[in-house]
Amino acid sequence: MSMRFVDEYRTGDVAQRLATQIAELVEPGRQYKIMEVCGGHTHSIYQHGVEDLLPDEIELVHGPGCPVCVIPMGRQDDAIAIAQRPEVIFTTFGDMMRVPASNGSLLDAKSRGADVRMVYSPLDALKLARDNPDRHVVFFAIGFETTTPSTAVTLLRARAEGITNFSLFVNHVTIIPAIRAILDSPDLRLDGFIGPGHVATVIGTRPFRFIARDFQRPVVVSGFEPVDVLQGVYQVMTQLRDERCEVENQYSRVVRDEGNPAALRAIGQTMELRTTFEWRGLGFISHSALKLRPEFADWDAEVLFDVPGVRVADPKACQCGEVLKGVIKPWECKVFGTACTPEHPIGTCMVSSEGACAAYYNYGRHAGRRRREEAPTPA
Amino acid sequence: MSDRPARTEEEVLDAIERRRRRPVRKLLEDRITLSHGAGGKATHTLVEALFLAELRNPLLEAMGDSAVFEAGAGGPRLAFSTDSYVVSPLFFPGGDIGELAVNGTVNDLAMSGARPLYLSAGFIIEEGFAIADLQRVVASMGAAAREAGVTIVTGDTKVVERGKADGLYINTAGVGVMERELDLSPATVRAGDRVLVSGTLGDHGIAVMVARGNLGIEVDLESDTAALAGLAAHLLDAVGDGVRCLRDPTRGGLATVLAELALETELSIMIDEPALPIVPAVHGACEILGLYPLYIANEGKLAAIVAPEATDAALAALRAHPLGQDAAVVAEVRPDPPGLVLLETSIGGSRVVDMLAGDPLPRIC
Repeated sequence: MSMRFVDEYRTGDVAQRLATQIAELVEPGRQYKIMEVCGGHTHSIYQHGVEDLLPDEIELVHGPGCPVCVIPMGRQDDAIAIAQRPEVIFTTFGDMMRVPASNGSLLDAKSRGADVRMVYSPLDALKLARDNPDRHVVFFAIGFETTTPSTAVTLLRARAEGITNFSLFVNHVTIIPAIRAILDSPDLRLDGFIGPGHVATVIGTRPFRFIARDFQRPVVVSGFEPVDVLQGVYQVMTQLRDERCEVENQYSRVVRDEGNPAALRAIGQTMELRTTFEWRGLGFISHSALKLRPEFADWDAEVLFDVPGVRVADPKACQCGEVLKGVIKPWECKVFGTACTPEHPIGTCMVSSEGACAAYYNYGRHAGRRRREEAPTPA
Repeated sequence: MSDRPARTEEEVLDAIERRRRRPVRKLLEDRITLSHGAGGKATHTLVEALFLAELRNPLLEAMGDSAVFEAGAGGPRLAFSTDSYVVSPLFFPGGDIGELAVNGTVNDLAMSGARPLYLSAGFIIEEGFAIADLQRVVASMGAAAREAGVTIVTGDTKVVERGKADGLYINTAGVGVMERELDLSPATVRAGDRVLVSGTLGDHGIAVMVARGNLGIEVDLESDTAALAGLAAHLLDAVGDGVRCLRDPTRGGLATVLAELALETELSIMIDEPALPIVPAVHGACEILGLYPLYIANEGKLAAIVAPEATDAALAALRAHPLGQDAAVVAEVRPDPPGLVLLETSIGGSRVVDMLAGDPLPRIC
């Protein structure tokens, strides 16, 4: 990766110019709610202080696209049950280690003796399986369409190499049903969407058309640098001014309308839709997640191991669901910052760096206060 | 649902700040996790709620990099510090565990303004460890000690069964003498002071991380491990009590050091993101791994808080030294909001910089 490439999208004057243009698009007296679907956007918005550059009339609503946040507690319990088996090396992305389950997190299970290891890619897990033929390596596969292809490719490689001491605990979810669930929900009035750039790299921009067609909301698929996000907001605001509802592609340097056929092929070859899947806070959403096809049962941890598979209700105090739907802001949750903190999270949104609560707590605190103090006269 | 009136954002933020300031009295976990060793919030809680609670005394309470005390009534003022090294791998680009073990303790002493004199070295070795590797490590400790002007004068050796230690762990402790009439404590920090760093940030952490070879990325990067006593002395010679306070941003990086300072001083620190010296390799690796260079360990960099009028002289002094050529002014101390570190981003936004809750990179030193 060339760093000049990144810095180009972080320059102050380009950002300030876009901010001015966005402000000019605000209709006097109108309030705008624009949802960024993807947790990567939420993270970028807080990390770079993007909200500081937006006028008060525009509110960015954080969506459900944080892969760690949407895993329900029951699945986390299942993961820990697998991890505690003596023959298993359980591999996971770092953030999942700290997600609370019914009886502590994977990190706690590790401190009690489970062999839990952090990896950066499923291929690292496959390598562990190759290097430890007398153990069974399980990879905790989570994420939206962004990470699904690498799981699929790893599985194909495991089969090609005949590696049998390796399996996947698959929790891959699909973004479109979640967006539809939010649009169907009466709780929230949204004006437009910043579409998930990484997911669209895989699935393309076409699957987002129903948002414009059926729900009359503009969608701008956007990249993850702060200037990308501002450009996305600008394009949504322009569509709203022109009373258009289209799917636009701000991230055309990466995203093709048809997506990535090779990645889609690998997913189709190895996985199929589940009839239904529970999302934390959002409940059961039909056809919203993937499982391995039956011909890959030898690599399916859910088939190989007896997991509890019990649905566990979220802690009562936790309002992750409302945060994930964008109905409340992180700080409006009853336990935010008191009982639920990054050190001792109750809900998943406080764990993941892409979770709205963690992003607000770690980066965004006081942003509103700073803006109010800088404003010349109180509203 | 309760009919308790909803809290305003201001009330929520105030509650968080009150909570951050409250001394930690109780550990919530019943076992040690890797987070307790990460140098962030969990480490703080462990130190305050357990070590400090059981061992409380005025010197320990100061919680500095070194304890500073008089050796007997009217005797010389000494600085005393210790650190353990569990880095994996033992050999990495730019250094090894031996060099790190000498430099780390030398730097803890140097940050209190002391001239480091003597070190101890304790070795915990795993059965089966190659003597040739031990030889290499110890030779490198000898070279680092000569370079830093310290002598290793006492030591200890323990061997544990295979599988009970990962090759080799080293502990060093050090004693230095306070030759200057200086109070390098956070209490001297004032609003308006500037924060300087002596060079690029995050080199050590990323170099070690990549040296583990399991990331599938290659970078042209070496650990910055170096003894900072010479650089610190050079800076103190040049600006004297214009220097308020020195820190070496090791585990937890510059962000953690500044977050601690802001809490201790009840002042605010505003970091200027574009001013942070970060080499492209670190920047790039952090982007790929989802890390932030401000939190990555350094082993040969110091952060100096200096009086506003001493800033230019301090910067010039750092840059004139071989270990400070990339020095930069990166932050300013402000009165508000008290106890918080903020960062002005390159696009002109701002955000909070707090200590980390988890461990991005275990066993980096």
